[in-house]
Amino acid sequence: MSLCEAEKTFVLHGVEENFRVDGREREDYRPMELETDIVSHAFGSARLRLANTDVLVAVKIEVDAPFPERPYEGKLDFFVDCSANATPDFEGRGGEELAVQISNALSSAYRSPNVFDLRKLCILKGKKCWKLYVDILLLECGGNLFDAVSLAVKAALWNTQVPLVKQVDIDGNNINLDVSDSLSDCQRMDVEKAPIMVTVCKIGERCVVDPNAAEEKCSVGSVVVAVAGRKISTVLQTGTGSLHPVTLLECLTLGVKIAQRLDTALWDTLRQIKPNQDVGFLK
Amino acid sequence: MSRSKELISKIGLRLDGRRANELRRIRCKLGVFTEPDGSAYLEQGLTKVLAAVYGPHQVRNRSKAQHDTAIVNCQFSMAVFSTNERKRRPRGDRKSTELSMHLQQALLAVIKTELYPWSQIDVYVEVLHADGGIYPACVNAATLALIDAGIPIKEYVCACTASLANNDIPMLDISHQEEVMGGPTLTVAALPISGKIVLMEMSQRFHLDHLQKVLEKALQGCRDIKQILDEAVRLHVRDVGCSTGWANTS
Repeated sequence: MSLCEAEKTFVLHGVEENFRVDGREREDYRPMELETDIVSHAFGSARLRLANTDVLVAVKIEVDAPFPERPYEGKLDFFVDCSANATPDFEGRGGEELAVQISNALSSAYRSPNVFDLRKLCILKGKKCWKLYVDILLLECGGNLFDAVSLAVKAALWNTQVPLVKQVDIDGNNINLDVSDSLSDCQRMDVEKAPIMVTVCKIGERCVVDPNAAEEKCSVGSVVVAVAGRKISTVLQTGTGSLHPVTLLECLTLGVKIAQRLDTALWDTLRQIKPNQDVGFLK
Repeated sequence: MSRSKELISKIGLRLDGRRANELRRIRCKLGVFTEPDGSAYLEQGLTKVLAAVYGPHQVRNRSKAQHDTAIVNCQFSMAVFSTNERKRRPRGDRKSTELSMHLQQALLAVIKTELYPWSQIDVYVEVLHADGGIYPACVNAATLALIDAGIPIKEYVCACTASLANNDIPMLDISHQEEVMGGPTLTVAALPISGKIVLMEMSQRFHLDHLQKVLEKALQGCRDIKQILDEAVRLHVRDVGCSTGWANTS
């Protein structure tokens, strides 16, 4: 998207007046839609639509060996795929840079054991653990990807059912896992503290949240804050431009405030989801 | 041939309960996204495909521009979670490249490219769930997306698979389970109204005598699919028309 000078000024003045192009205030989000269990053959999945931004997340689980230095922990792997459906710029390897940026931000946000407990994914110390592949597919980009992705990931992890291991037989070096076949035996994961990322975008002299594609173009710099519970787990500065330390601190405070609001909204939504709801693209 | 015998039971039902000449349920929707010029979502059984069309727009790589036709650029990609076993990469492997080329071949046959010199049309398909018959689903979804984008096409291009069960019964629309069980698979992309074949591909082998009836079955499948797509397009146009108010005139 390219904007001319006049359009940029319009956006800038709107932000200054606390009345943005689409009628929102500076701290408002666009409407969101959340669906879970959308990929039937994955262990957990979610689709989040934030206005024009569309993200599909699926979680697949495999058995793997834990890292030697962390024998008690399972593994969590993020993979972002920027589909060319979103924009022709992502064709071929075009989306790789953005994909790596998002997946790195996610893995650093989930790294702390206080945020997401990987020890629950351990099956047998040092030998076997579950590896969670969190695959994120960007279907449409309408700005504010980090927030949308982190919300969708949290919902997908909430939806994930880890198979129950009934018995582990060790025969020499062979390890046989007896995994329960019953679907009702699956265990849910604790995602109470899973981080939510908020992009705080500085436009002119003010900070806004949930910028759309046009506003992202006008920003002088933005800060992505990953908030878990009441604490910050990752801070990431994206885009060009520099921020004054005082502004940066303001951004962080705003980010934490907004993230807590978002978290409450997410849990409210997740609680309302009933099993066997009608989901999908056909709706 | 003991394995392929199980494909159709004695009472004429297949593994998923269909009869030999039945398609899987097709559900589709046009205009699922706002960003692309045209988009469509198509479900054929469990196979789920999203297609997006951008263009006609200026050619991105200037040296490739043609003075008399538009160039059609196709990219096929599969979500890493689309198969039972997780895939390592969504695209760039040989199978995706081959499918991209076949898709381009099928679409070039119907798009009136001569109307758009010096321009480019991008067609992107994304497979969300692969359960057999990926290529046909992609072609059908791409046709719908082209229609949604308003790009002139000569007629529908539809694709379908067919196979031979028990060595003499041709059957339609092969699912993943049936693909794995063995037996030959014939993939046909056709123009159902004029009855022309755009692309034909076969894996494994069967006797030349059987080819005619399997091909006829596949073409019948293409005609059936055309009916379903046509209905979806008409419904979509009616819905869009209603919102603009011209439905009142009829």
